[in-house]
Amino acid sequence: MEITTGWYLVLGALLFIIGGTGLLIRRNPLVMLMCVELMLNGVNLSFVAFSRTLDDIGGQTVVFFVLVVAAAEVVVGLGLVVAILRRQPGATADDLSLLKG
Amino acid sequence: MTGDPLYLDGVDLVDVGIMAVKVLVAFTFLLVATMFMVWFERKLISDMQNRIGPNVAGPWGLLQTFADGVKFFFKEDLRPENADPLVFRLAPYISAVTAFLSFAVVPIGGSFGGGSSGTVTIFGRETYLQVADPPIGILFLLAMSSIAVYGVMLAGWASGSKYPLIGSVRASAQAISYEAALGMATVVVVVLAGTLSTHGIVAAQSGGFTRWFLVSSGIIPFIVFLIAATAELNRPPFDLVEAEQELVGGFHTEYSSIRFALFFLAEFMNVITMSAIMVTLFFGGPAGPIFFGMTWFWPTVWFLLKVLAFLFVFVWFRATLPRLRYDQLMHLGWKLLIPLILFWLMFISLKELRATYDWNWVVTYGAAVVALAIGASLLVAALRAGDRAYQEELEEV
Amino acid sequence: MVDTLVFVVAALICLIGALGVVLARNPVHSALMLVMTLFGIAVQFVAQEAHFLAAVQVIVYAGAIVVLFLFVIMLLGVDRAQNLEMSFLPIQKWAALLFAAGSLAIVVALIVVVGEPVTGAEAMSGALGGTDDVRLLARSLFSDYVYAFELTSLLLVIAVIGAVVLVRKPKVTDPVTAEDGGR
Repeated sequence: MEITTGWYLVLGALLFIIGGTGLLIRRNPLVMLMCVELMLNGVNLSFVAFSRTLDDIGGQTVVFFVLVVAAAEVVVGLGLVVAILRRQPGATADDLSLLKG
Repeated sequence: MTGDPLYLDGVDLVDVGIMAVKVLVAFTFLLVATMFMVWFERKLISDMQNRIGPNVAGPWGLLQTFADGVKFFFKEDLRPENADPLVFRLAPYISAVTAFLSFAVVPIGGSFGGGSSGTVTIFGRETYLQVADPPIGILFLLAMSSIAVYGVMLAGWASGSKYPLIGSVRASAQAISYEAALGMATVVVVVLAGTLSTHGIVAAQSGGFTRWFLVSSGIIPFIVFLIAATAELNRPPFDLVEAEQELVGGFHTEYSSIRFALFFLAEFMNVITMSAIMVTLFFGGPAGPIFFGMTWFWPTVWFLLKVLAFLFVFVWFRATLPRLRYDQLMHLGWKLLIPLILFWLMFISLKELRATYDWNWVVTYGAAVVALAIGASLLVAALRAGDRAYQEELEEV
Repeated sequence: MVDTLVFVVAALICLIGALGVVLARNPVHSALMLVMTLFGIAVQFVAQEAHFLAAVQVIVYAGAIVVLFLFVIMLLGVDRAQNLEMSFLPIQKWAALLFAAGSLAIVVALIVVVGEPVTGAEAMSGALGGTDDVRLLARSLFSDYVYAFELTSLLLVIAVIGAVVLVRKPKVTDPVTAEDGGR
């Protein structure tokens, strides 16, 4: 069996699905952020697979940007989590509905 | 970029055999070297402190480490009740495995320069004297050192006890802070060498003392690297991680028996690896004069001697320097080392660019000086403002 | 043959890790499982000759981002287990199920219907000749994408400032936060 681009795409898609499902079913804000990372990684894998198939370095460049944006996202996201958990220890995502009208 | 010539014409059984031998030799070398490193450190420190040191087991106490190791094996393996069972067992292995793996990319011999490209011939096959030469070379080391943080961090957390937790949080904060300076000092070398491969970096330094990156990068990256490496290794004077007076023993307080031995092993192994990396990056790796035409012999000897010199330096640090306070540690890392090496990285890059594109001397370096002045004054202003705000906060309380 | 083996093993590592992130009750275990997935993906990157990205993946993701997660978990002491059964809003369970089933169906349909080749699109920029992906990546980053590159540096600075502002200790004199020790 030869490993073609399709296999990488399927793996990427599976990671994306698992991450997305996790984002929906978990309430711990930290784990939810981790699930977002899973989704980003699934997409990264597809980018690299396409980059190889199409012989185009652009795919890898995009992955590079995704890495940077993921880092920024995590920094701000964790900052928010820390700020929230300080005020309300043990808060879950469902408790953060104070802004609801 | 070529990679190890061993694999150029396909891989057969002989190649696999050579590979296996290389792995075994590196593994054994590291283990034995670690054993003697522990003895070397204890003996040297006792000499510096006017004591005798280990002298019972074997001639001059040489077998002391071996005796300690045997003792560790037969001790009871305790696990605290609050420990997280799986992670508690996993952590020592992360430390030990990353310590072993980092050494794989260090070239430990082979003659460079004078037309030869650092290969030796074994069983009629040309190969490099290093276990692996991946195209990303030096990045592999950085990756391994960032994984090594997990060993410490998880050990502290999984122990389910407060001193290890504090120790491990300190350790990881320290490792992450100094990794930035360490990485940028490495990048200076990479910019000069034009390659990431460790073999390429050594090859770029062949041809005499002045071509060593210690000289051609200006001495600053080396100094930054040495300080950052000491901090990465949690060696004195940066050993707040296991400050006995405050934290009992740091992250491995709750470990005993063979698991503690693994941490101990990893720690000393990392010292050896870090010395080897410094030799590779700044001191031309196995470069040195070759006598009697024994081209396969002398490079390895020079390499080992240089590594030994660094091991001595690390022990010397430990015997001489008092431990830093935590805020001093962070100030040194963030406010001094990182800005310094960042500027130096830009300066070296500018120098290389000027040479490549033949820019005007005056304009190039004039711009550099102006940029330095602006950057430095901004930084100083920011630091002053920060200090003032901190003082005000103190007064309010 | 070796390629297939590498792919299968790395894919299994990725998937087990991903499931672990979602299913582990303890956030620290989730983070460790995430590291496992990241390693699997780094292996896949190497298999596709994106060596530099593989190294960056390990250094940035495993070495910085997940460590940051662990840091927050340890400092806040939120590492106790969470009961998964309790964690559903009424519709949420069905939404998640629908999302998972729907997207799985789409993936399966794509495999069955489209098959190979995935796409016939032509290369837009520099080709991936040889193994020296670092040079190609650098050229691409600092020429075609140089504005995006500079913008991401700005983004990082903003993120750092934002994080510092967010986690700044509230003034100890503030009576509301002083009660919980101003932690």
